[in-house]
Amino acid sequence: MEDFIRVENVCFQYDENDKNSSYALDNISLSIKKGEFVAVVGHNGSGKSTLSKHFNAIYVPTFGDVIIGGMNTKDDDRIFDIRKKVGLVLQNPDNQIVAGIVEEDVAFGCENSGFPQKKIRERVDCALKAVGMYEYRTHSPDKLSGGQKQRVAIAGIIAMEPECIVLDEPTAMLDPQGRDEVIGTVMRLNKEMGITIILITHYMEEAVLADRVIVMDSGKILTDGIPRKVFSEVGLLKKHRLDVPQATELIYRLKNCGYELPECVLNEEECVQAIAALIKG
Amino acid sequence: MSNSIIFCDAGLTAENLRVIIGEKCSLVRDITLGQYVPEKSLIHRMDARAKILLLLMILVFIFVCRNFISLVTISLFSLVIILMTRISIVKYLKSLKAVFVIVIFTGILNLFYGSGDVLWQWQFLKITWGGINNAIFTAVRISVMVMVSSVLTYTTSPTDLTDGLERIMKPLKIFRVRVHEIAMMMTIALRFIPVLLEETDKIMNAQKARGADMENGNILRRVKALVPVLIPLLVSSFRRAGDLAMAMECRCYNGGKGRTRMKIMHFSLTDLFAAIISFLIFGAVIYFNMAYPDVV
Repeated sequence: MEDFIRVENVCFQYDENDKNSSYALDNISLSIKKGEFVAVVGHNGSGKSTLSKHFNAIYVPTFGDVIIGGMNTKDDDRIFDIRKKVGLVLQNPDNQIVAGIVEEDVAFGCENSGFPQKKIRERVDCALKAVGMYEYRTHSPDKLSGGQKQRVAIAGIIAMEPECIVLDEPTAMLDPQGRDEVIGTVMRLNKEMGITIILITHYMEEAVLADRVIVMDSGKILTDGIPRKVFSEVGLLKKHRLDVPQATELIYRLKNCGYELPECVLNEEECVQAIAALIKG
Repeated sequence: MSNSIIFCDAGLTAENLRVIIGEKCSLVRDITLGQYVPEKSLIHRMDARAKILLLLMILVFIFVCRNFISLVTISLFSLVIILMTRISIVKYLKSLKAVFVIVIFTGILNLFYGSGDVLWQWQFLKITWGGINNAIFTAVRISVMVMVSSVLTYTTSPTDLTDGLERIMKPLKIFRVRVHEIAMMMTIALRFIPVLLEETDKIMNAQKARGADMENGNILRRVKALVPVLIPLLVSSFRRAGDLAMAMECRCYNGGKGRTRMKIMHFSLTDLFAAIISFLIFGAVIYFNMAYPDVV
């Protein structure tokens, strides 16, 4: 499959005039294929949020290029085409809902793109059903829970029918139930509608669900690969002050104590099976 | 003993502890703005533009009234509208509470401006039949005006209201009034009122938990106590504004250029009937004005 997003030797400085300021992104290159579900992890200040804002031309690289479906984000004339292809969902659901009624907020993006009225209606209904918020379409956003608000924000992006959705820590401000709702929705969009997902997160339990995990540290890519490979390097992740899922860590420590266990487990179920096998064995 | 010392050290008095434990301060929660009451009445279903325009005309005609017969005509008309909204009349009377002082004040003032037989006199102040008539007339006039204005805010959702205003103001574009921007600002302001109220609540509780005293002392002290609430609120609103601007850009917001709308407003038969009936009443008001002597 062709590369949908290509990031080529990107460096980014928040203050270009200050020669001494450090780079938030330091020579990053990566490519993402259509339909992939990529998780980007890293601790605070690792540059993962900065990277997420490069995918739809909110930030433009100081050096290097970001190419989205053949369009360079530096090209001012294509900015709106790029933003129609790549949607960005932010951390705080309250700050990204514009209108006082759910369905009108979802329609906001389509209205800006100048679609005819009937098409907007169709897309809004379709997007609200996709995130399971159709019954709430006439409600006011203030009455919704955090998880529901975040799903409305996602619907607002889906209504524009993007090929890729970038989510910048969408679950950081939610309770566990809201987190499950949002991640479940995101996974469904990826599997059923084939939308490329780039999920920025610091919850390793979420990163495990992705097809591919990119670990960032101080503006550089530390490792990049399938979750099973990335989380097998517990030592490396620990060295860079990163967590691993609890199940992974438990097995890792038991192995260090000399028990015979599989190379890497990612969730509780695998962990239980591994330990059960060990006890029986 | 040692426990209380620790508490004092951390600035935790008994009262502040109560706040932490969960006795929520509902001061800000009680404020409702917009005041939209969802119901299924004919008035609710009317087009927002028709409602705004007809209301403006009713307000004008309440002022046009010059005698009791025309005033009673338009007051009865307003009462019928109010009853038709199916919202409890108590709610309308509550809207009068805010202007109660003004009604009483103008009423009393008008009491002493009048001609005719003097009923009571004290130095230069004198009450006449004309004065009493004046006082009642103005009081009724202001009360009806306020109550009928509430019909608009009670029966129209904030989004419909801003939408309607945007469309009514569209002709002002010729004079370079930035109609779309004004409407967008109103939409966002209405959207963020509850968000900011909730935040104020949180910050107040956080400051109280740190020992801030907001209920005691004279007015100056209490105003001063609000500073540590307002500064974090201001800072966070700027942060929210930045976020919102980014979210809007992500969704291709480009000012009003080439923007279409999902909901298109239609004038319906109801609006036509409402307009016809209103104009008949307005005609009656003008007729009664000419046919009967003035009060004022």
